[in-house]
Amino acid sequence: MKNNTVIKVEGLKKSYGSNKAVDDVSFEVSHGEIFGMVGPNGAGKTTTIECIEGLRKFDEGSIDVLGYDPQKEGSKLKPVIGIQLQQSQLQEHIRVWEALDLYSSIYPKSTDWNIILEQLGLTEKRNEYFSKLSGGQKQRLFIALSLVNDPEIVFLDELTTGLDPQARRAMWNLVRSMKDKGKTVYLTTHFMEEAEKLCDRVAIIDHGKIIAIDTPSELIRKYSHNERIEFTLVDDNIDVDLGGIEGLTSFDRTDNRIIIYGNSADLTQKVVNHLTEKKIAFSDFRSEKSTLEDVFLKLTGREMRD
Amino acid sequence: MKSLWKLTVIEFKMFYREPIAMFFTLVFPLMLLFIFGSIYGNEPTPFFGGVGFIDTAVPAYSAMIIAMTGLISVTLIFSSYRETGILRRLHATPLRPQTILSAIMIIVFMLTVAGMVILIIAGKLAYGLKFLGNPLKMTIAFILSSMSFFSIGFVLSGVLKTARAAQIASNAVYFPMIFLSGATIPREVLPEHLRTINQVLPLTHVVNLLRGLWVGNGFTDHIKEIIILTSMMVIFLVISFLTFRWD
Ligand SMILES: Nc1ncnc2c1ncn2[C@@H]1O[C@H](COP(=O)(O)OP(=O)(O)O)[C@@H](O)[C@H]1O
Ligand SMILES: [Mg+2]
Repeated sequence: MKNNTVIKVEGLKKSYGSNKAVDDVSFEVSHGEIFGMVGPNGAGKTTTIECIEGLRKFDEGSIDVLGYDPQKEGSKLKPVIGIQLQQSQLQEHIRVWEALDLYSSIYPKSTDWNIILEQLGLTEKRNEYFSKLSGGQKQRLFIALSLVNDPEIVFLDELTTGLDPQARRAMWNLVRSMKDKGKTVYLTTHFMEEAEKLCDRVAIIDHGKIIAIDTPSELIRKYSHNERIEFTLVDDNIDVDLGGIEGLTSFDRTDNRIIIYGNSADLTQKVVNHLTEKKIAFSDFRSEKSTLEDVFLKLTGREMRD
Repeated sequence: MKSLWKLTVIEFKMFYREPIAMFFTLVFPLMLLFIFGSIYGNEPTPFFGGVGFIDTAVPAYSAMIIAMTGLISVTLIFSSYRETGILRRLHATPLRPQTILSAIMIIVFMLTVAGMVILIIAGKLAYGLKFLGNPLKMTIAFILSSMSFFSIGFVLSGVLKTARAAQIASNAVYFPMIFLSGATIPREVLPEHLRTINQVLPLTHVVNLLRGLWVGNGFTDHIKEIIILTSMMVIFLVISFLTFRWD
C-alpha cells in the first residue's frame, strides 16, 4: 500500500444468488482526493461502497480502509468515517437539531454541529421535523450527519439524485469544500457530468466490473475522441464521403443522421467546409467536445441509461 | 451511555409527538375498568379469595398492558425502524445493537408503567382499590414480567421479515392470549379445561404472579411463575441478539 493510500480494494466479489453484483473489483483511493465511482443503475456501486463501509458482507477479496478491515474492525473504522447512504430515513418527528445532537453523541469525538448546520444552510430549519423537510434539505441533513464526527473519509452514495440542477451545483461546492479541509471523498453517481466535473479520479463500473479508471481528462483522451459532430442530411439518398478529412476517427450514419468523431482541433471547420464545397445540404448541426458520457459509450457500446 | 440517554430521550419525544400511538395502550384498560367496575363494584367476595373485583382486575389489566406494550408496541417500533431505514442509518455509526434495544425497552417500559399507574389511580379514586402486597416485590415482578414480554416482541420483529408480518403475528399472539390467560376475563370465570390449557400461555403466569403479589403473597408462592418468566426473558433476549438485523 502506498503510504497515502486510504482505501485499498482487491479482488472484491459479491453475488446475490446467481447475480454477480460486484465481480472482481480492485482499486485504490489516495488521501485527500475526490474519488468517484460512476456507472448505470444496478452496476454495483452501492454494493461496492457498502462493502467498503463495513455495512455489507462480501464473498471474496480483501478491503483495507485506513488500516482497518471493515468487516472485522467496524467498531474502530466507523468512528473515523462518515457515511451518507443512498437510501435512509430518520424518525418522522425528530427535529433537525435533535438528529444532529443524537448522532454527535454516538461518536467518541465529534465536532460542533452548529457550524455544519450553518455551512449546509440548514440553520433556519434546525427546529423543523424531519418529515417536513424537502428532498434537498433531507439530503443536506444526511450529509450533515455524515460530518458530525469530523471523519477522515466521507462516503457519499448518490448524493445528488433527486436534486434540481441548482441544488446539485451547491452540493458539488460542498464536496469541494470537504476536499479543501483535507478529507478524502468517495462518491458514487450515475451522472457522468457530475463525475467529470467533481472528481479527481473516476472509476467507471458496469455489470459489476471496473472498465476504466483514471482522471476524467485522461479517460476522455484515452478512450474517446475529443470532438463529436452530429448533423442531419436534408436530402435522402445522398452520398457523403468524409474519408479525406484529417483527424476524423469515426463515421457513423443512421438513415440521414450522421455522427462523426475526431481528434483534430478544427474538425468542425473542416467538416462544414467539406459539406459546403460539395453542396450537401444539412440541418440540425451540433458539435461538442467529448465527455465521460462518450467514454462510456465507447467502452460499452451503450448509452448511459438514466 | 451518553448515546443511550439521548436515544431514549428522542424515543420519548417521538411518543409524545404522536400521542395517538399511546392512546389505546393507556385508555383501553381504563375503559374495561370502568365498564366492569360499574357492573361488579369492589365489594370483597369469597369468589375472588376475599378481595373485590377491582382488586383483582387492576393487577390482571396490568398484565394485559404488559402484553400489549411488549407484543404490539415493541414490535411496531422495532420493525418499523428497520423497515423505514432508521436502523440502517444508525448502522453506519458505531452505535451497538444493545443500545438500541435498551432504549426501546426503557421507553416502552415507561409507557407500561404509565398504563399501570393510571389504572391504580382510577381504581383507587373510583372504587377504593386496596393493595395488600409489598411495593418492592410488586415492582420487581412488574419489571420481570415486562422484560420477558418485551423480549418476545424483539424476537417476533427479528425473526419475521417485514413489519407487516411482525404486526400480524403479534396481534395473532396478543388477542387470544389476553382472553384466555385471565388478563381480561378473570380466571375464576374461565371453565376448568381452559384453566388447564392456559398454563402454556406466558401471560397466564404474569397474571397469576401480579395478582398473587397484589394480595400479599410472597415470591415463594410463585416460584413456578418466576422461573418461567425469567427463563423466557433470558432465552428470548439471547435470540433477539442473535437475530438482530439492521435491515
Ligand atoms: N440486497 C440485495 N439483494 C439482492 N440483490 C441486490 C441487493 N442489492 C443489490 N442487488 C443487485 O445487485 C446489483 C448491483 O446493485 P447496486 O450495487 O445497488 O447497484 P448501483 O448502486 O450501481 O445501482 C443489481 O443487479 C441489484 O439488483
Ligand atoms: Mg446505488
